[in-house]
Amino acid sequence: MKSAQRNSTGSLRKRYLFMVAFWALLGIGLLARAVDLHIVQHEFLSRQGDMRNLRVEPLAAHRGVISDRHGRPLAVSTPVITLWANPREALESRDSWSRLNGNKVLDSKALAQRVLPNSQREFIYLSRHLAPEQAQQVLDQRVPGIYALTEYRRYYPAAEVTSHVVGFTNIDDIGQEGIELSFEEVLRGAAGRKRVVRDLIGRVIQDIEIIEEARPGQDVQLSIDLRLQYLAYRELMSAVSRHNASGGSVVVLDADTGEILAMVNQPGYNPNGRASLSPSAMRNRAVTDLFEPGSTLKTITLATALEAGMVTPHSMIDTRPGTIRVSGKTIRDHRNYGVMDITAAFGKSSNVMTTKLALDMQPQQLQNMLDRFGFGRATGIPFPGESDGVLPLRARWRDIEQATLSYGYGISVTALQLAQAYAVVANDGVHLPVSLTRVNEPPKGERVISAATAGMLVDMLGVVVSDHGTARQARVNGYQVGGKTGTVHKIVNGAYADDNYLSLFVGVAPLDNPRYVTVVVIDDPAGEAYYGGEVAAPVFSRVMEGVLRTLNVTPDASQGIWAGVTASEGRS
Amino acid sequence: MSNHEYLRQLPSHQRGPGNLDLAFRLHIDMPLLAGLLAIMGFGLFVLYSAGGESMDLVLRQLTRFLVGFIVLFVLAQLPPRTFRFWSPVLYGIGLLMLILVLVIGTEAKGAQRWLSLPGIGRFQPSEMMKIAVPALVAWFFRDRALPPSMGDTFVALMIILVPAMLIGRQPDLGTALLISMSGLVILFMAGLSWRVIGASVAGAAIAAPLMYFYVLHDYQRRRVDTFLNPEADPLGAGWNIIQSKTAIGSGGIQGKGWLNGTQSQLDFLPESHTDFIFAVLSEELGLLGILLLFALYLFVIGRCLWISYHAQDLFSRLFGAGLALTFFIYILVNVGMVSGLLPVVGVPLPLISYGGTSIVTLLAGFGILMSVHTHRRLMG
Repeated sequence: MKSAQRNSTGSLRKRYLFMVAFWALLGIGLLARAVDLHIVQHEFLSRQGDMRNLRVEPLAAHRGVISDRHGRPLAVSTPVITLWANPREALESRDSWSRLNGNKVLDSKALAQRVLPNSQREFIYLSRHLAPEQAQQVLDQRVPGIYALTEYRRYYPAAEVTSHVVGFTNIDDIGQEGIELSFEEVLRGAAGRKRVVRDLIGRVIQDIEIIEEARPGQDVQLSIDLRLQYLAYRELMSAVSRHNASGGSVVVLDADTGEILAMVNQPGYNPNGRASLSPSAMRNRAVTDLFEPGSTLKTITLATALEAGMVTPHSMIDTRPGTIRVSGKTIRDHRNYGVMDITAAFGKSSNVMTTKLALDMQPQQLQNMLDRFGFGRATGIPFPGESDGVLPLRARWRDIEQATLSYGYGISVTALQLAQAYAVVANDGVHLPVSLTRVNEPPKGERVISAATAGMLVDMLGVVVSDHGTARQARVNGYQVGGKTGTVHKIVNGAYADDNYLSLFVGVAPLDNPRYVTVVVIDDPAGEAYYGGEVAAPVFSRVMEGVLRTLNVTPDASQGIWAGVTASEGRS
Repeated sequence: MSNHEYLRQLPSHQRGPGNLDLAFRLHIDMPLLAGLLAIMGFGLFVLYSAGGESMDLVLRQLTRFLVGFIVLFVLAQLPPRTFRFWSPVLYGIGLLMLILVLVIGTEAKGAQRWLSLPGIGRFQPSEMMKIAVPALVAWFFRDRALPPSMGDTFVALMIILVPAMLIGRQPDLGTALLISMSGLVILFMAGLSWRVIGASVAGAAIAAPLMYFYVLHDYQRRRVDTFLNPEADPLGAGWNIIQSKTAIGSGGIQGKGWLNGTQSQLDFLPESHTDFIFAVLSEELGLLGILLLFALYLFVIGRCLWISYHAQDLFSRLFGAGLALTFFIYILVNVGMVSGLLPVVGVPLPLISYGGTSIVTLLAGFGILMSVHTHRRLMG
């Protein structure tokens, strides 16, 4: 028994050592495995690890700022968070959706509604353009398959006041209208790329490196002066509502540089919230809508006659009996003005006078002059949808066509073209291209009429607002101004309507050295008043007063020079 | 162990003054204690990172450590003969509870493993069997002639397989296999005939496919499939193992640095603070970190084997060796599983993984080993 015990002790020791050796071998095997993974397979597995959590993400480029001529922002970009989902991933962990129950930003029901119909897709938007805090409320719930994306959202501080000019971008931050559209390439910039670390549910944990910097878009500085824009907008809006008009436009131009200082329209829209937006409210009517300029075109007719030496401002003309028959049609003045000089007849806006002048001209004369004043072609400002206008080009003119053209029918223009034409007069007869962006050095321009003719025309424009003219309501306290009224029958269903008018006024100031041109268009005023001198002229007065005072133009007339003049006598 | 070996040992301890003497009287084995504390400290350090830098988690783990050490200290005071005496009782109670678990156990994650004791909480009887099974096998061979006869071998196998099968029914295949191993290593050391071993290996080779098709549960079968080819379902069943291999390999020699592992910190690695904590360690501290851990483990296992090798009676020797090797097997299985060498079975990395009962059980085992070592003289 004893030897058996000893025997067994020896055997036990052998077994013991064998056992230890056996397991030690397995342990060495394990160590070999560790070395294998850590050293031999290190590169492969390390890359695998990177593939899991390193992602290349687009780096949204900051869209350029659109500002007014003094740098006040008109369109700025703010970073926002867009939530998106990978439905396949989200569907794999539907239990976790309950964490969004009652979530104010993204409810679990809303999530189900978005995800379930798109179960085969790998990218759907959940909620776009959220404030970062809002998005965080959803991301904090850590629902797998829901991701965040940084985007920029456009904000327009001046809202409807500049909306027609500035336009807007769509939800993908691509320009859709106005300057946002025409300067898309400049404003957009180029997205960059960055490498980030993401965790299992896709949250970005750390930015590793920027592979390619995002190139921010360039800023665009407009010629618009926000102060004048506000002013013009306010006056236009109140006039449109006072006269129950269907729309309107105001354009303010700096004749010395060709810059557009203000351009507003009614109806307008708020570009920051475009949920209920009718397409008609989106039009920048000042450059898209055409109308017949009516009496406001007489200035050009006169410019043609003066330039040709046919008349002087003081040539006498017989407008009796207030009518004239041309090609079997009767052209009428408002009343019989009798015999008077050209200047006075212009002040009264006599159709007979311009008809007589036009019939004395060569057929192409007026047409060529209108062309040189810029009618019949777009002004060339970078603006989408600008109209060319219609300037009929004919080899042979019938007398009646030439006659009606002389007082502004048979030609279609935009408010901006009209402003451009009057800027030629204000700028000593030199045509400058109009510009919607700030001009630092005005181009040389192209002479259209002589400085002398331009000077005569300016004086005649001053007469229009005198006691003998049609537009006493266009006067501006402290400043001498000039302008021309227009009251145009609108074309409705292909014929001139009796009761639908367009009220126009185009004016320049200050009169001794005109620099600012303002065009006022009031479309279809519905009340008693519809004459340009009654509806459009007062708007001009208030806008031009604001322009002159804001731009610190020295007053050139004593207060109350026109005191005692009753306001209702003006006629176009 | 022969007598003169024992005598040669004796003076070295008695010569040692002060601390060692005090530790010895408190029945604490200082080298083993130092090794355990080193591993556990290292473990807390890794756990802080793996648990998402949660101090709370670390403190809760620390509480478990304290409970475990109390159990260790109490068990170390008891002489080995007490364990020998109580082994059959412990085993009997354990077996009874395993049957109870199957009848009235609490279910969690599709397995019925827990007994709810009113006022005490949940309790996992299979943990107790991790000690009771090797204890009873050692007890069975305590005064039997070795190598064992066929009859004794059969009885020992029954002692091992009955609880293992009960646990396998829960189902908890991992624990069942570990408990079987803890008994089998003792049976082997007792002198299990090579013929039986050969026959068993052959039998297992035949039984394995049959088991796969007829015995294993679906989820177990999936685990085996996944083990054989994790890339077959990389987003489903293969996810764990692919992510953990990636974590380990991307650590390289020096690792990515503490708290800097992308796989673990970014939630790609599941169970990162429990069963897969080894992957976190590998990713963040690299091969060097692993070698440090292995060295610490090696020291503890070596000390345990030394203690059991020099134990005075057959029971202590077999039981001690069983406990030491079981500890080693835990490490092998966990690391093998995390590094993709073994199928995924739910075995924590001993003393490092976050988890309740397993730590207490392990420390209880070390307490028994300390008792074996520090009670030698008194029995002499």
